Amino acid sequence: MIIQAISFWLFAGVAVASGVMVIAARNPVHSVLFLILAFFNSAGLFVLLGAEFLAMILVIVYVGAVAVLFLFVVMMLDINFVELRQGFLQYLPVGALIGLALFVELVLVFGAWVVAPEIAATAAAPMPPPAQVSNTAALGALLYTRYVYAFQAAGMVLLVAMIGAIVLTLRRREGVRKQRIGQQVGRRREDSVEVVKVRPREGVS
Amino acid sequence: MLEIGLAHYLTVAAILFTLGIFGIFLNRKNVIIILMSIELMLLAVNLNFVAFSAFLHDLVGQIFAMFVLTVAAAEAAIGLAILVVYFRNRGTIAVEDIHLMKG
Repeated sequence: MIIQAISFWLFAGVAVASGVMVIAARNPVHSVLFLILAFFNSAGLFVLLGAEFLAMILVIVYVGAVAVLFLFVVMMLDINFVELRQGFLQYLPVGALIGLALFVELVLVFGAWVVAPEIAATAAAPMPPPAQVSNTAALGALLYTRYVYAFQAAGMVLLVAMIGAIVLTLRRREGVRKQRIGQQVGRRREDSVEVVKVRPREGVS
Repeated sequence: MLEIGLAHYLTVAAILFTLGIFGIFLNRKNVIIILMSIELMLLAVNLNFVAFSAFLHDLVGQIFAMFVLTVAAAEAAIGLAILVVYFRNRGTIAVEDIHLMKG
């Protein structure tokens, strides 16, 4: 129990602190790195909640793909970030006001709210006891049966995103020398090799 | 303090979500930070889903969190692609210069 509590406070504290650093860091590269830290700690929170599969997916998808994509883009674009930070203090009061209002609203909602005791009986997909079925197996048993169409739709979303990203960023530039494999393979001996009779004291013209 | 309940997780998620909103307002000019803030907000939503899923013993929350993850990844990819194209055309990513689509 005490280990769980300590880990919760550790993960939650580091996640929130790195969340603050994401929006406050001066250098966007540091922002991305703090985002990665926040994701790692949220994955820790997921493990504490018993959702191991989602925790690992979070690390793989977010840290391994999304955050690295952010890092690529931040480093690829040659941007003057100092210029972009102007007006930071100008927006601070409004942002702080709205953020505070939202947070107070959320806390009010959560504070005066209890789970009805009979809700456990109405669960759409009751969680099997972890001792018998692991989290991953239970998720798979549900995802590939009842939610198979939603799963396919998610695949389509990813496909569209992939094709969209390629279409958006692919460009053909003029004047770039490229390998033409068809031409290379289709070359015949007669086209490229020529036997020349060289007479003495005359060069090859 | 030692008894970690649902409210603790919801509070952490609420703080992270608020930070995301705050980040959007604070970095009005920098699209990259805005996209990162959106990722932070989606992470908070996922945390809510998983917390409810764990405390109500219902697996559907985790399934839905997975779909949220999918959409977040797609959104990041498309957003960054648009950002790269925009930078290639304009040489800057200042959001305040984006009035082109107003016609």
